[in-house]
Amino acid sequence: MAENLIIEGSGKTPTIKLLFETGSIEISGKSIPENSIGFYQPVYSWIDNYAAKPSAKTEIKIQLEYFNTSSSKCLLDIFRKFEAIKKTGKSEIEVLWHYEADDEDMMEAGDDYNSLVDLTFRLIKI
Amino acid sequence: MLYTVIDINTFYSEMEKDDLILSYKGDITQELLSAIYPIIETRLEKEVEDSKRRRKIFHVLVECLQNVYHHMESFKNNTSIEFEKVNVGGLFMMSRGEENSYRVFTGNFILNEKLEVLKQRIDKVNAMNAQELKAFYLGSLSTSELSDKGGAGLGIIDMARKSENKLEYQFHPLTDSYSFFTLAVKIN
Repeated sequence: MAENLIIEGSGKTPTIKLLFETGSIEISGKSIPENSIGFYQPVYSWIDNYAAKPSAKTEIKIQLEYFNTSSSKCLLDIFRKFEAIKKTGKSEIEVLWHYEADDEDMMEAGDDYNSLVDLTFRLIKI
Repeated sequence: MLYTVIDINTFYSEMEKDDLILSYKGDITQELLSAIYPIIETRLEKEVEDSKRRRKIFHVLVECLQNVYHHMESFKNNTSIEFEKVNVGGLFMMSRGEENSYRVFTGNFILNEKLEVLKQRIDKVNAMNAQELKAFYLGSLSTSELSDKGGAGLGIIDMARKSENKLEYQFHPLTDSYSFFTLAVKIN
């Protein structure tokens, strides 16, 4: 039985909310851990479980203030996992990429991911 | 200390002429980094009005520190070196200089066998303009493998992208098997 995964944020790691029933994914805050792979491992595992029986709609909300380069790789891996789910046709997937109005770099990063993976991105100014 | 090399002392005194924000010598641990980040963030909030610029400075700082952290981890985990002879420590300095520019300086031991790859990577990045850096970053992001030991070389590209400056580095040979590597990144 699949469960929700909620990880509280810290000074170096984001808040993670992965809700199985509603297909609601949220990563928000700062993501600057030294060992990003270790931090995101539970998220990978959760998505692998979710892939077996995804919700008809999946909404991925990303609202990051900072992320380091190792997290940027993990984010791409997460998007690729969802891309694979999309390909099965079991879930409609949308990425809501939030950025602060003056944070062009964060907007550009959202745009970059949009170009790297086959998922629908919406860039949302906050 | 093994790394009281003249060049480093010169650099140190040069940075001390700036407004030195933080200077640290010793083991660079996850706990240390957790403590440093909020100190620097608070300081930057006071000193840098432009939030965009503040983010860039903080971003470069994080990448520089994590670079040292990963180098030190891999150095410490290497069993081919007799560590009792080496005081395994890293260096970190951050200062504010002319025209409100910021400088991040780091130093760490590195195995000589890893030296050439790192040198080539920095030289390659230093020769690129903003567009080329972006393309190189995205290319590396989508193809490279990330290990739990480090960031697939993305950090170096990112430091150059965010700082919009050339990365200054030096290798100080110490023994046949390792050197001390220093890196300075300036954000205008």
